[in-house]
Amino acid sequence: MYFDSFADFIAMGGHGTFVWMAYACFLMVIIWNLISPVMRRRQVLESARRYWRRADAENQPPSVD
Amino acid sequence: MNWTWFHKWGSPKWFFQKTEALVLWFGFLCLILLVVGTVWGLAFAPEDIKQGNSFRIFYIHVPSAILAQSIFMAMAISAVVGLVWRMKLAHIFVQVAAPIGASITLLALVTGAIWGKPTWGTWWVWDARLTSTLIQFFIYLGIISLYQSIENRDTAYKATAIACLVGIVNLPIIKFSVNWWKTLHQPATFKLTEAPSMAAEMWVPGLIMLVGFYLFFAFAVLVRMRSEVLEREKRTAWVREYLEKKNVL
Repeated sequence: MYFDSFADFIAMGGHGTFVWMAYACFLMVIIWNLISPVMRRRQVLESARRYWRRADAENQPPSVD
Repeated sequence: MNWTWFHKWGSPKWFFQKTEALVLWFGFLCLILLVVGTVWGLAFAPEDIKQGNSFRIFYIHVPSAILAQSIFMAMAISAVVGLVWRMKLAHIFVQVAAPIGASITLLALVTGAIWGKPTWGTWWVWDARLTSTLIQFFIYLGIISLYQSIENRDTAYKATAIACLVGIVNLPIIKFSVNWWKTLHQPATFKLTEAPSMAAEMWVPGLIMLVGFYLFFAFAVLVRMRSEVLEREKRTAWVREYLEKKNVL
């Protein structure tokens, strides 16, 4: 560990605000890049589910891949 | 040369099946690397003699700036593959990589501003490197809105691909901006042809973060591509089987 105490680690020699702000932005970008694809996946699965519910009711065969 | 692999990767079904395990591996590896790199960079790496602890922003700023440009490069190559070989997956890649690229470029800009305040005494200057990176961010946004503004999917793919090829002129401008113009931004710290001038205990965590960033992109882009493949192929028998396997149907 480079720092002597936890308080030193938080303070970052007076640069704490800047360092922690930068790492908070990093975390936010990571989180956004996790949440937005998960939401898209849910949306896609739901639309595929709805398609097949209707297709099954109307006895429609799958299209050729 | 045997080109079978190329055609197989052109098949959405093949792609979807082959990437199922790969996504988990990329996610797992990038998690380890990003955690190790962050802890190392924040708590164990020494501070910079001149910049003190604000130097620790380097571990996010530099990898994100490098990745932001690599993503655009990958999008432009993919755009060519999509235009020339009409490979749908290549177009899907361009479409889903754009928002990730935009977010990473924004991260590079914001962390750069935060680093600039204690180091240069200002959040922002209209300097060549900063301005060309800001333009890169707007190019990403332009590509996203271009895709969204065109109703017909194939037309949207083509237009976005061409926009990528036009947008690529900005990459060398960013790269060489620190050499061509007098700027506040320092020139490249690392060159492929020379040993790094920075102490190993300082750049090793940076390298770990860089690899972690790349793997995170690979992970995020594959997750998004898989969803788009499902959406496109939802009427096929293999998607129906997948839905049943996942208990969605």
